[in-house]
Amino acid sequence: MKILVPVKRVVDYNVKVRIKADGSGVDLTNVKMSMNPFDEIAVEEAIRLKEKGAATEIVAVSIGPAQAQETIRTALAMGADRGILVQCDPPPEPLAVAKLLKRIAEAEKPELIILGKQAIDDDCNQTGQMLAALLDWPQGTFAFKLEQQDGAILVTREIDGGLQTLKLKLPAIITTDLRLNEPRYASLPNIMKAKKKPIDMKTPADYGVDVSSHLEVLKVEEPAKRQGGRKVASVAELVDKLKNEAGVI
Amino acid sequence: MAVLVLAEHDNRALKESTGKTVAAAREVGAPVHVLVAGANARGAAEAAAKIAGVEKVLYADDPQYAHLRAESVAALVVPLMANYDALLAPASTTGKNILPRVAALLDVMQISDVMKVVAPDTFVRPTYAGNAIQTVKSLDKKRVLTVRTTAFKAPEMTGSAPIETLAPAADPASSAFVGEDLAKSDRPELTAAKIIISGGRGMQSGENFKMLERVADKLNAAVGASRAAVDAGFVPNDYQVGQTGKVVAPELYIAVGISGAIQHLAGMKDSKVIVAINKDEEAPIFQIADYGLVADLFKAVPELEAELDKVGKMK
Repeated sequence: MKILVPVKRVVDYNVKVRIKADGSGVDLTNVKMSMNPFDEIAVEEAIRLKEKGAATEIVAVSIGPAQAQETIRTALAMGADRGILVQCDPPPEPLAVAKLLKRIAEAEKPELIILGKQAIDDDCNQTGQMLAALLDWPQGTFAFKLEQQDGAILVTREIDGGLQTLKLKLPAIITTDLRLNEPRYASLPNIMKAKKKPIDMKTPADYGVDVSSHLEVLKVEEPAKRQGGRKVASVAELVDKLKNEAGVI
Repeated sequence: MAVLVLAEHDNRALKESTGKTVAAAREVGAPVHVLVAGANARGAAEAAAKIAGVEKVLYADDPQYAHLRAESVAALVVPLMANYDALLAPASTTGKNILPRVAALLDVMQISDVMKVVAPDTFVRPTYAGNAIQTVKSLDKKRVLTVRTTAFKAPEMTGSAPIETLAPAADPASSAFVGEDLAKSDRPELTAAKIIISGGRGMQSGENFKMLERVADKLNAAVGASRAAVDAGFVPNDYQVGQTGKVVAPELYIAVGISGAIQHLAGMKDSKVIVAINKDEEAPIFQIADYGLVADLFKAVPELEAELDKVGKMK
């Protein structure tokens, strides 16, 4: 079984983003970039399937600027076999990403595509579901556990209020949630080895996909600031304030 | 501009998030219709008919809709969209699962987590864990929106819309429901609770969350957790409040042993009153807390429980 794992280059999750003064977006100059954390979980899950003998090849795909090669290298260092970079700067919207991934899936014919449930920059949570729609494949979003079953995959999903298990016919789409696994760190020898693994360089035109935007960002602002910082000295004072000042209990 | 709302329900009852989504839909256009797809979900359809501002309820009753599988619901919704200009659903795990599937089939770029409707084609939504608030205009012919329901007020239940029965669509049958394991609790749901008490890494163990549960029971509150507490295995993921968990905006949010990582704040900073209890006075949570108490939570929480008893019955 071949597995396709799309990975996105995003602002590192530890970075506190700054809004550009003109309100046109977030300032990305000299900011640390990393693989989207949910995509790391996707790469890890694919590698675990390969280590169990369930998968034969893992192809990591990124759609973004030239530097997204580094993100693919990270996936290769973790254990993916080869990469595809579709160069596109800035990275397109989820719908265009899904259209590109559909073309790649048609060429590569994977049985499973594992994606992160959302990217921590645009927070859209759409690409996996859109790709499933365009391929007419079933989808197991927000995965907590995967289990193979002849010709199908059992996916236990994180839903509001608990867990739900679905059986999906293969080929299928999986999107990862936090608790699916804990991604490994790449070892130094594997980082060195990854430098020799091949990455195919492509453009959206190679796939005949129009990546123009369907949305126009009018402005980007900081969230409303909250006035906080008052301290109380004791639990008794806290309860008194909540009851008599805030009136919330 | 005709608007369709996909209802969230458990077949027996309608979720409050549906009403709040109708409130957002009314700002997008009219008439507003609600689609209830379910199995023996007439109760939910009847409740949807009572939401003020709803002109019609479409009810599709079939076993394939019992668990609102995305493949099945999308196959029902996509052809219906020939009659509508916009589709809305709550940004719950159900809405987030289904709507992008519909959007892609309509060749529409979905707008996720709408916090505010500026104009029928322009919306405000959070990015970067709520640290960058975007105003976006849709250039598509139709709109597909998931709604951050904490940002909208549920309309009155004073309506009496007609209920029209829809024939089910062919079941794609590429997925099947196997089972579910839903947390059973007498406490309110996190996203519907008026008071929430959440624990973080400082709780040190899942066992210690019982302290919070006892306080929660006195306040009729829900119990939540930070991602750190979930990652540490103290509590299940459905407790998680934050960017990658649930977004809540209760009247009172009590953060216990939570340092206040950006990702947690993104999920609770719109709460009306925030209380923080933490022994580290430098913890970032204090900067946004209305009332901060620098104390050892293992002393403060039992004291809080006792103090609540003293001040008597809570509302």
